[in-house]
Amino acid sequence: MEITKAELLSFYETMVTIRTFEEKAAELFAAGKLPGFVHLYIGEEAVATGVCANLTDKDYITSTHRGHGHLIAKGGRIDLMMAELFGKATGYCKGKGGSMHIADVNLGILGANGIVGAGQPIAAGAAFACKYKKTDAVAVCFFGDGASNRGTFHESLNMASIFKLPVIFVCENNMYGISNYQKNHMNVSDISDRAAAYGIPGVTVDGNDVVAVYEAAAEAVDRARKGDGPSLIECKTWRHRGHFEGDPCIYKDPKEQEAWLKKDPVLSLEKKLTELKFATVVELEEIKAAVKEKIDSAVLFAQNSPDPDPDDVLTDVYAS
Amino acid sequence: MKQMTYAEALRDGIRLEMQRDPHVYLAGEDVGIFGGCFGQTAGLYQEFGPERIVDTPISETAIVGHAVGAAAAGLRPIVEIMFIDFMGVCMDEILNQAAKMRYMFGGKAKVPMVIRTPCGAGVSAAAQHSQSLEAFFTHIPGIKTVMPSTPADAKGLMCAAIRDDNPVIYIEHKMLLGLQGDVPEGEYVIPLGKADIKRKGSDVTIVAWSAMVHKALAAAEALAKEGISAEVLDPRTLNPLDKDSILNSVGKTERLVIVHEATRTGGFGGEIAAIVADEGFDLLNAPIKRVTAPDAPVPFSPVLERNYLPSEEKIIKAVKELF
Repeated sequence: MEITKAELLSFYETMVTIRTFEEKAAELFAAGKLPGFVHLYIGEEAVATGVCANLTDKDYITSTHRGHGHLIAKGGRIDLMMAELFGKATGYCKGKGGSMHIADVNLGILGANGIVGAGQPIAAGAAFACKYKKTDAVAVCFFGDGASNRGTFHESLNMASIFKLPVIFVCENNMYGISNYQKNHMNVSDISDRAAAYGIPGVTVDGNDVVAVYEAAAEAVDRARKGDGPSLIECKTWRHRGHFEGDPCIYKDPKEQEAWLKKDPVLSLEKKLTELKFATVVELEEIKAAVKEKIDSAVLFAQNSPDPDPDDVLTDVYAS
Repeated sequence: MKQMTYAEALRDGIRLEMQRDPHVYLAGEDVGIFGGCFGQTAGLYQEFGPERIVDTPISETAIVGHAVGAAAAGLRPIVEIMFIDFMGVCMDEILNQAAKMRYMFGGKAKVPMVIRTPCGAGVSAAAQHSQSLEAFFTHIPGIKTVMPSTPADAKGLMCAAIRDDNPVIYIEHKMLLGLQGDVPEGEYVIPLGKADIKRKGSDVTIVAWSAMVHKALAAAEALAKEGISAEVLDPRTLNPLDKDSILNSVGKTERLVIVHEATRTGGFGGEIAAIVADEGFDLLNAPIKRVTAPDAPVPFSPVLERNYLPSEEKIIKAVKELF
């Protein structure tokens, strides 16, 4: 499959948007402007971008506590996301969810999730609905290496397999379940090996290479749309920052961190774009500047937005 | 009206709603060809086929979790958890997903799903197959809790639960499944949150739900012979709770006994007592009494189990203490 210039540039813009959004969130959090806590996606941008490039608004995703990247890649609105991080009434969840619960059901985004591994059965269920309604829509479940140890992983992959559900399980293996290194929390090195237990295809790809992710996801999405059932894709990647902002990261090997920073997915794509002469350094700077402007205006929107009405604590508990 | 068992009536409700709305389907362990552990779903597989009556693996987490995703994506799943005791296995999917999705997303999601599950002791099924755990669910905002006591209520509340746009825990008592009664034919929907006076009385209000309604009715019958007129009020749904009907009844009788099969501490009876103490203190002419199971697991031996359960005699004793 030949990737076009337009596709690669679109990947780049998405990845830069995620990176810039997250850097801004880090800055705002450090300045004490965001309530709660935030888990940033910096370093893992190629995964969400490469996968979601295969999806339309009719397809579903489930996300994680580290969800900003998935939401942006699936088309989520940055201004509404930022307002939600601030807990404002104009935010995606009207200030009721915060960073860990942003959703846009109309875009098929069934929510970030504060419970590790909770998205797996939910994605299987969304895929069940796609199949039940006889559409060719699919569901993608993003989760981490840590979540592949949850019982939800086993139950959901098994159920998806026997029901041949159109769901793609995308494991973002960033090598850590919070502070616990992969070698300490499982005795397999490739999480994709676990697919064999459910009789479904499993592949491992370089999660920092957006094209590799895109191609693996394209195959799995195509398989799902054709009614051939679920797949597991493991994307090996690295969380540049801590589990949460403020995490001192004492558990990380500085040399390993350094080695992974050299494989930064955004910088790798910049290199590729310039080598292929798809863009000049100046043109890439222009993209970055335009993205920065969008993020800045999202922050302005959020900061200028009203807080929720205190009485709204009781609305939206039930649908009437 | 037609004579039906409680199990047939709830199945009639499921069947009618499935005929009415193609988005309704049923999934769970052994609900298909096998027809459900207690026969509740017998015949549905033959009528609706494997796409709508779905046998699942023994995976309670994925059963409830998939229903959350399917509901958020536009279907109206009914899932069965074979015994309420197994709800612990899928509690995150209820507690943190189904119940909270709408709120966390600022009202932008709808999770219309029913979790059907049998509760209750009485067949020596011991501690892991006999519990009454409704208070787990009434403590979670975002879900509704329904506990029918008669065949007619089983049907009417099932239809309402399926049509509701929220997650509903529908708790069917295993000792009631074979109970016969008159059931309205055709469409029959009982709004959630509407109590039913199962017996009118003037001297004491007995609030009881699920299987305990029948023990309360037997107690009321015996009390009548002794000149005490007991009103038996069945809230039918604990959330939403028909508080007004309870307060109205207590306003009339000035005495309240609450009966539930669940263990005492933290049971929903405490909540009703608190509501009446708070909002109806002046109505009362005697202390509020609770007749419940003791704070112990459900025992196996029939002798122990009989002593464990609230009985007609225990209810009569509690009522008499108020006079």
